[in-house]
Amino acid sequence: MDLLNLGIKSIFIENMVFAYFLGMCSFLAVSKKVSTAFGLGLAVVFVLGMTVPMNWLLNEFVLKEGALAWLGADFATIDLSFLRFIMFIAIIAAMVQLVEMTIEKFSPSLYGSLGIFLPLIAVNCAILGSSLFMAQRDYSIGEATVFGFGSGIGFFLAIVALAAIREKLKYSNVPDGLKGLGVTMFITGLMGIAFMSFMGISI
Amino acid sequence: MKFLHKILEKQKPMFEKGGKLEKFYYLFEAGETFLFSPPITAGKKGVQVRDAVDLKRMMMTVVIAMIPCLIWGIFNVGYQHHIAVGETTSFFSVDNLLFGARWVLPIVLVSYAAGGIVEAIFAVVRKHPINEGFLVTGMLIPLIVPPTIPLWQVALATVFGVLVGKEIFGGTGMNILNVAMTARAFLYFAYPSQISGEVWTQLADKTPVNGYSGATALAVAYESSTTDTSVISGLADTNSVLAAPFGGDFFSFQNMLIGGIPGSIGETSTLMALLGALILIATGVGSWKIIVSVFAGAFAMGTIFNLVGANTFMELPAEYHLVMGGLAFGAVFMATDPVSASQTETGKWIYGVLIGVLTVIIRVVNPAYPEGIMLAVLFMNVFAPLIDFYVVQANKKRRLARATV
Repeated sequence: MDLLNLGIKSIFIENMVFAYFLGMCSFLAVSKKVSTAFGLGLAVVFVLGMTVPMNWLLNEFVLKEGALAWLGADFATIDLSFLRFIMFIAIIAAMVQLVEMTIEKFSPSLYGSLGIFLPLIAVNCAILGSSLFMAQRDYSIGEATVFGFGSGIGFFLAIVALAAIREKLKYSNVPDGLKGLGVTMFITGLMGIAFMSFMGISI
Repeated sequence: MKFLHKILEKQKPMFEKGGKLEKFYYLFEAGETFLFSPPITAGKKGVQVRDAVDLKRMMMTVVIAMIPCLIWGIFNVGYQHHIAVGETTSFFSVDNLLFGARWVLPIVLVSYAAGGIVEAIFAVVRKHPINEGFLVTGMLIPLIVPPTIPLWQVALATVFGVLVGKEIFGGTGMNILNVAMTARAFLYFAYPSQISGEVWTQLADKTPVNGYSGATALAVAYESSTTDTSVISGLADTNSVLAAPFGGDFFSFQNMLIGGIPGSIGETSTLMALLGALILIATGVGSWKIIVSVFAGAFAMGTIFNLVGANTFMELPAEYHLVMGGLAFGAVFMATDPVSASQTETGKWIYGVLIGVLTVIIRVVNPAYPEGIMLAVLFMNVFAPLIDFYVVQANKKRRLARATV
């Protein structure tokens, strides 16, 4: 039951995009078409779902203060948590490479339309952010997995909804100065207001 | 009328290309087409639909459908005031009408003026015609705010709604969120103390009678659930000193259905909202599918909560959810907004049901907001294009499967 609550919380209540405004770069850049956004969203769900538990293992057995105790008593006092950023990023980058190769093999058209933003998932702040939240909040392995997938699904929902809105917006008469990113920033803010409906729910 | 038309026609050259007031053509055009149906511009060739009911007449229908709610709201503001300060009146008395009009009409005027100024500036600068969409928005905003709201906040919210909710997307028909709901959400998050709590009765500096509570039915229901007492008895105990205009206790089912309770100006009477729905459906302006599915979704979710029954709010009979708060008003006038709702017929069912379900979830589960319809409508506005997208995709797939080469 706790895991279900955490899942709902990470998808809706603490949505990566609308509650923390993380991962905005790819959120804004790859949301012109629903099909592309769908692909990127799935890639993010996968990467988040994999990297958060993997980083949990890394954090638990290597980086945390006293995590190296399993090597022997001499290592029990070592605190490697200053390496967190670089180690987490390394894991994420490796994972993204894997995803990239898979997509290139199985869906060259999606690979083409995602372009530079696929390798850039590696530096998507939503992904590093989730790993850091996981470390900061002392999640267990089960919670870390649920949180990873939940955050991914939250990002997926957000980017697909924005893409559908932007496809509809093609028929709008947006003022010249606001065309493109300008109006998208406004839409993001308005979507944020709508997502406020879940804030304050404590389950 | 002919006389008036002649005067208008005489002025026209001044506003047309090359005229002195060319810049203000769309202001002139707005006034003219508001009074007279515009000349038919259909081409000579091809089959075309010719109908006097254009966008302007459609919007006017919505305004007319809102008038029962407005009139009821005016009487109710007066009635709530008089019983709260201990004066007994019958519901439809002149006193109530005068007092209500004194507080409600300024809000309507301010909302129209503020919205109208923004519209006019954009019409002149961006050279797009003014639409009656703003008449609808300007009427909706007063109906969804409490009668005690400061007028400057009404103006600010209207400007925000029209500017950010509509004009940056290019004007009427191109927005993604319901404009009036955007304005209310802005007020709700920017000035929460003027739009939540006990602001629903205009006391006009008089002291209320002993035992009076200014809370809405939903707030009372939530309160009872925190103290683990039955919601129905909580509702019955509140304001028992006040006279219920339509029988039963003050917060009895029939009283909430007919609308003698405090709340936002236009939302209290479920019956008047349904009367509006009748006008909208009969003229084909509003979608009956959305209205029906919002009610169905709310009722279903209420029933599910009844079965779960984890706290006393969940045990509230599902039909109470339909008459409390602004659900009926939101379902009839907000959810059916043809621009921000789902456009596909299947999509409308999904869209409506989800609004109803979300409304009840927010009411019961989220302690931060006593009322859920506003955020539920906004949330589903965000997802409406996505619903449409997948409905269209599914349709394409089905037809492709049927096609033989």
